[in-house]
Amino acid sequence: MRIKPWQTLIAILLLTLAAVWVDLPGQTLDPFGWKSGITVQQGLDLQGGIQIVLEARPPAGVEVTQDVLQGTRDTIERRVNGLGVSEPVIQTRGSNQILVELPGYRDPEQAVRVLQRTALLEIIDTNGQYLAPGTIVNTTAGPASDVLGNEPTPTAEPAATPQATASPATATATPSPGATPGVESTPAAGEPAGTTASPTPEAGATPTPDATSEAEGPVYETIITGADLQDAYPTTDQFGTLVVGFELKGEATRKFCDYTSSHVGFPMSIVVDKQVISSPQIESAICEGRGIISGLNAQEVNELVLQLKSGALAVPLEVVQSRTVGPTLGQDSIDKSIVAGLVGLGLVALFMILYYRLPGIISVIALLMYTSFVFALFKLIPVVLTLPGIAGFILSIGMAVDANVLIFARLKEELRRGRTIARAIEEGFEHAWPSIRDSNISTMITCAILFWFGRYVGATIIQGFALTLFIGVAVSMFTAIVVSRNLLRVLLTSGLFHNLWWFGLERRPAEPAPAPGD
Amino acid sequence: MLDLVGKRYYWFLLSLLVIVPGLVSLMLHGLDLSIDFTGGTLWELQMSRPVQPGEVRDVLAARGYPDSIVQTSQDNVVLIRMKELKEGSPEKAELAAALRERFGDFTELRIESVGPTLGTAIRNRAVIAVALASLGILAYIAWAFRNTNNPFLYGIAAIIAMLHDVAVVVGSFSILGWLRGVEVDALFVTALLTIIGFSVHDTIVVFDRIRENLARRAAPTFEEIVNYSVVQTLVRSLNTSLTVVFTLLALFLFGGETIRYFVLALLIGVISGTYSSIFNASQILVVWENRELHRFLARLRGQRQRVPA
Repeated sequence: MRIKPWQTLIAILLLTLAAVWVDLPGQTLDPFGWKSGITVQQGLDLQGGIQIVLEARPPAGVEVTQDVLQGTRDTIERRVNGLGVSEPVIQTRGSNQILVELPGYRDPEQAVRVLQRTALLEIIDTNGQYLAPGTIVNTTAGPASDVLGNEPTPTAEPAATPQATASPATATATPSPGATPGVESTPAAGEPAGTTASPTPEAGATPTPDATSEAEGPVYETIITGADLQDAYPTTDQFGTLVVGFELKGEATRKFCDYTSSHVGFPMSIVVDKQVISSPQIESAICEGRGIISGLNAQEVNELVLQLKSGALAVPLEVVQSRTVGPTLGQDSIDKSIVAGLVGLGLVALFMILYYRLPGIISVIALLMYTSFVFALFKLIPVVLTLPGIAGFILSIGMAVDANVLIFARLKEELRRGRTIARAIEEGFEHAWPSIRDSNISTMITCAILFWFGRYVGATIIQGFALTLFIGVAVSMFTAIVVSRNLLRVLLTSGLFHNLWWFGLERRPAEPAPAPGD
Repeated sequence: MLDLVGKRYYWFLLSLLVIVPGLVSLMLHGLDLSIDFTGGTLWELQMSRPVQPGEVRDVLAARGYPDSIVQTSQDNVVLIRMKELKEGSPEKAELAAALRERFGDFTELRIESVGPTLGTAIRNRAVIAVALASLGILAYIAWAFRNTNNPFLYGIAAIIAMLHDVAVVVGSFSILGWLRGVEVDALFVTALLTIIGFSVHDTIVVFDRIRENLARRAAPTFEEIVNYSVVQTLVRSLNTSLTVVFTLLALFLFGGETIRYFVLALLIGVISGTYSSIFNASQILVVWENRELHRFLARLRGQRQRVPA
């Protein structure tokens, strides 16, 4: 059964209503709360904020691999989460850069200080307690306030009683030994541990504990730091399960051996930036300088390897690019863009109606629908709206009309040739389609390249433009082919508009008389 | 019927008249590259009282930033271009304190900072992006026109028209840089790539008609078919450009200050793109098909042979 034009039209109308409903700001007409969480995401240049590109500057001879970069990125992500920014962007870029965007954040000095700091990886003696991941701790290598900026250790206070901190964040990670990951000597190690079981945990203590005594909470002892770590890699244990393998440097082997052999059965914590990221239980003494951490799933293994790797290198980061936009400039830009968009839309509508008459009115309706679709998509995907992005959107309004112009030009030609209105509509669409397709695909190709280019330049600013233009072009094809066509079919075949004046032609053409059944 | 193709050399001449001054400016003056490409800092401040650019320059020079460019605009806004001043660095805090001491409190509207090495990398990426866009489009057109006699001819003609538009826009911005100090930034490259897309978009519509009319043998000669196709699509080309120009004009007049030159680049590009697709791209097809370049060169060679005789 063929779908009739008016049926398609009803579907289009319903779709438009849905789009308009999504477009309405806030919780308008939303009794069930379906729209909660759907908002326009404003880019940095609109709501203000900070964008920083950090570049790894490793010491001579050290190479920054993708793994290390990824691990550094994860560290930065944790720090950014500590800043309380909503919708931050943290991406690795190329071989040695990390891009951070903090929309709405107002303190560039603080941001740079927090981001640029070198990550400090430590393995600490938890005095037999299980510390849940996420716990903030003070260690003998320095108090938590060292890394958390100038604020006097806001999260260090709950760390006073590790059990208390463990409760809010980790209902799942109960300190039951079975659930916690375990550390043991590499299976290859033939020699059992315990040969050098000298229980002197103080051996690893570097600074005196009183230096940190003003910070609240216990000070855990740092056994080794990232500098002692040679390498980390995913590997398998004797049962073939995926585990994290690690190797220590010469001097640290002894220290770690002493500690692990006297603490078998107890947990230890791996800490980055004073924040616990994993607390495996010591299964056996590790004296070979190599060990494994088991009991993690594949993703956790990967994350921990990256953490250990980047922690071992502790690559210094340098700010190579930054962009800070104040909030006033952003609001001003939004207001101006809205005015520009309305004026642009109005001019296009006026021109189309004056030149094409009835089809012009239809194209304006299609254009309004187009605008509602695109904006709804922006909210649903969601696309981060930037100033060039809005320009891309407004530009795409102009380009969206193109498909209609192409079709109407053909329609007029077919009518001049003496075709009936119904026939002219179909022929017009048929002949206009290759042009619409080819020309829009070439625009889409450039959008894709722009997107790639944007990744290396203004990040979201240029990418926003490429994405909005791409969506705009794609949706414009849909509205031209489906919406305009069906509107024309339904309206024009209804018999109301048989006078060709409506199409910008002077009544019936004199040339080849239209065959009645054509 | 309007004879557009017959006057093709006049249209080429008009293009040259527009392009040559821009190219001359490009050779003599080049482009004023923004900090996106050169590295450096752009600092926009809103002062609490009107200030003179010279006063600001003095403060900057005294603190070790002698070659800074300072512009003032309405609402006490000051725009400073200077060598790199890292965000969050002690140098920046010091300079801000010095400015506060001299001019009272101010609001930091924006600060953009780019390291010198990154600038070069961005410049290279921009060149690669434009080259990739050209190749991608050439490949697509050659594929879309694979059923014609010479698919690559269409691709090459479209690329020449596109380069024409790039030359017009880059040349205009070189002249604008010379006269008004307008800078070329990453957004300009974005505009350029968009223009490339639009220019080809426009050209393809005309080529598409030529393809269709060739298949229908709508006229006896290739030249006449091309002319017929261009005339047929003329109204559509102009109308499409007009609607785009309307939206861009609205953005240029009412949109924000930060994207004004971005919009201007697009505006120039769209107008040039429309011109080149009507008056250049399809005419190039005719020039090639009639082997006019070939004959022209042969005539030149012939003259050269005759001179010594």
